[in-house]
Amino acid sequence: MSEKVHIIGAGIHAFGRTEGRSGRAQGVFALRQALADAGIEWADIGFASGGSVAAGSADIMVNDLGLTSLPFINVHNGCATGGSALTAAHNAIASGMCDVAVAVGFDKHERGAFNAKPSGYGLPEWYGETGMMLTTQFFALKIQRYMQLHGISRETLGRVAEKAFRNGALCDHAWRRSPVDLDTILHAPMVNDPLTKYMFCSPAEGGVALVLASEKKLRELGSDGVRIDSIAFRTRPEGSFEVFAPSIRTPPGGKPTVLASQAAFEQAGIGPGDVDVAQLQDTESGAEIMHMAENGFCADGEQEEWFANGWSEIGGRLPINTDGGCLACGEPVGASGLRQVYENVQQLRGRAGARQVPRDPKVGYSHVYGAPGLSAVAILSR
Amino acid sequence: MDDAQGLSPIAAGLWDAGPPPRLIGGRKANGEIVFPLPDEPAEPLERIELATTGTLWSWTSQEFQPKPPFVGPEPFEPFLLGYIELPNEVIVESRIVGTSIDRLTLGMPMQLVIIPFDDRRSTYAFRPEQRA
Repeated sequence: MSEKVHIIGAGIHAFGRTEGRSGRAQGVFALRQALADAGIEWADIGFASGGSVAAGSADIMVNDLGLTSLPFINVHNGCATGGSALTAAHNAIASGMCDVAVAVGFDKHERGAFNAKPSGYGLPEWYGETGMMLTTQFFALKIQRYMQLHGISRETLGRVAEKAFRNGALCDHAWRRSPVDLDTILHAPMVNDPLTKYMFCSPAEGGVALVLASEKKLRELGSDGVRIDSIAFRTRPEGSFEVFAPSIRTPPGGKPTVLASQAAFEQAGIGPGDVDVAQLQDTESGAEIMHMAENGFCADGEQEEWFANGWSEIGGRLPINTDGGCLACGEPVGASGLRQVYENVQQLRGRAGARQVPRDPKVGYSHVYGAPGLSAVAILSR
Repeated sequence: MDDAQGLSPIAAGLWDAGPPPRLIGGRKANGEIVFPLPDEPAEPLERIELATTGTLWSWTSQEFQPKPPFVGPEPFEPFLLGYIELPNEVIVESRIVGTSIDRLTLGMPMQLVIIPFDDRRSTYAFRPEQRA
């Protein structure tokens, strides 16, 4: 990348359920907050990109924010919607197209597990009719095998959720704001073995916006910014094990998260040991465990020791999902990836309040993963 | 559970009736095998019958009633499902029957069976291999 790009403003609409407020209105709320944080006006924005999965297009926001004729690219890219919006905004500045850009993501989903139509995924009807086309099953099947191969216990699955709710209780944008004890998590109704209901995130609502600026603009404004050291977005390679798979190649192939992580570290010129705070996709408890290894933060199986010793707690050696992650915030798909980046921006600026990571963190890592097998990683530094 | 006689397969072209019944897959030019055989393959596929036995690759339970397009009989009964690795062929997703979740272990031998899905239709499943 040519020009250095910084995040100089961050805004969020609390996640959860907000009756009577559309997903897009939550996006506008977040965007106004981000502009105020950056100390600039909507009219100063040279490029915008954003979207949702289930709450409509982002560019209609100009009706609320002002008809300034700016180029506004709508993104409708599943779980990578936020990551794609961030990539587009970043590239607009890196290429020299403009000095200030915004990325925005929002969503509003119906309650309960997502139900997908087989034909939309190129799959036969019987696959859905027989009850095998559920995202929750995929996560359970992936962690079940991982637990058997690498000695991960059910108690560790429970500890992931326990940490999420403990952190969420400290976070004003989280949905689940009450701690839940380990025993309750482990003995809650089973959804898909080994995952109980407290180990899954829920579809939710929320909005996040980020204001990005060139180095020149950052200096001009004297902004309290963080630098984007790398963004890497990868779709699935040959033979990867992903959601909605009636069959898998044997032996299975690579993983999109591993590819995105390696590319992001390479671009940033650092390694996992340099990261001070991380937000990893935790659609359910097992995902956080597997993503610790897929992103290079530990070897397969070491997660038992990490959770037994609290190494990923806010005061630990690598705090992970400091705002409670998807488990405590819920997953408005279009906003979720940007929430992770928002959280790192606040942590690196020392503005995370009760959940602030101690010892002045310098490097933040965020990782979003989703259907049908894609991963986006962003590394920020201060 | 094996009494699927007289029921219609939930979809045509999923398995050959046999005996023994065999799932139908497709072999790509590079040797990779896919299941099921797609209606509109992106590349020419050789139709092949898959192995009737394999090993357990992973498993889970379905404890809640899925939303549509699920069309299983009412009232909903939780069921087991998982992936079975057919050696040197492909790993297939399948219902698992004839056992309970606490008896499943990674790599255990499994065999294909055709089971009733509802009172009209049959589907495929795997159960722990029974030595004759």
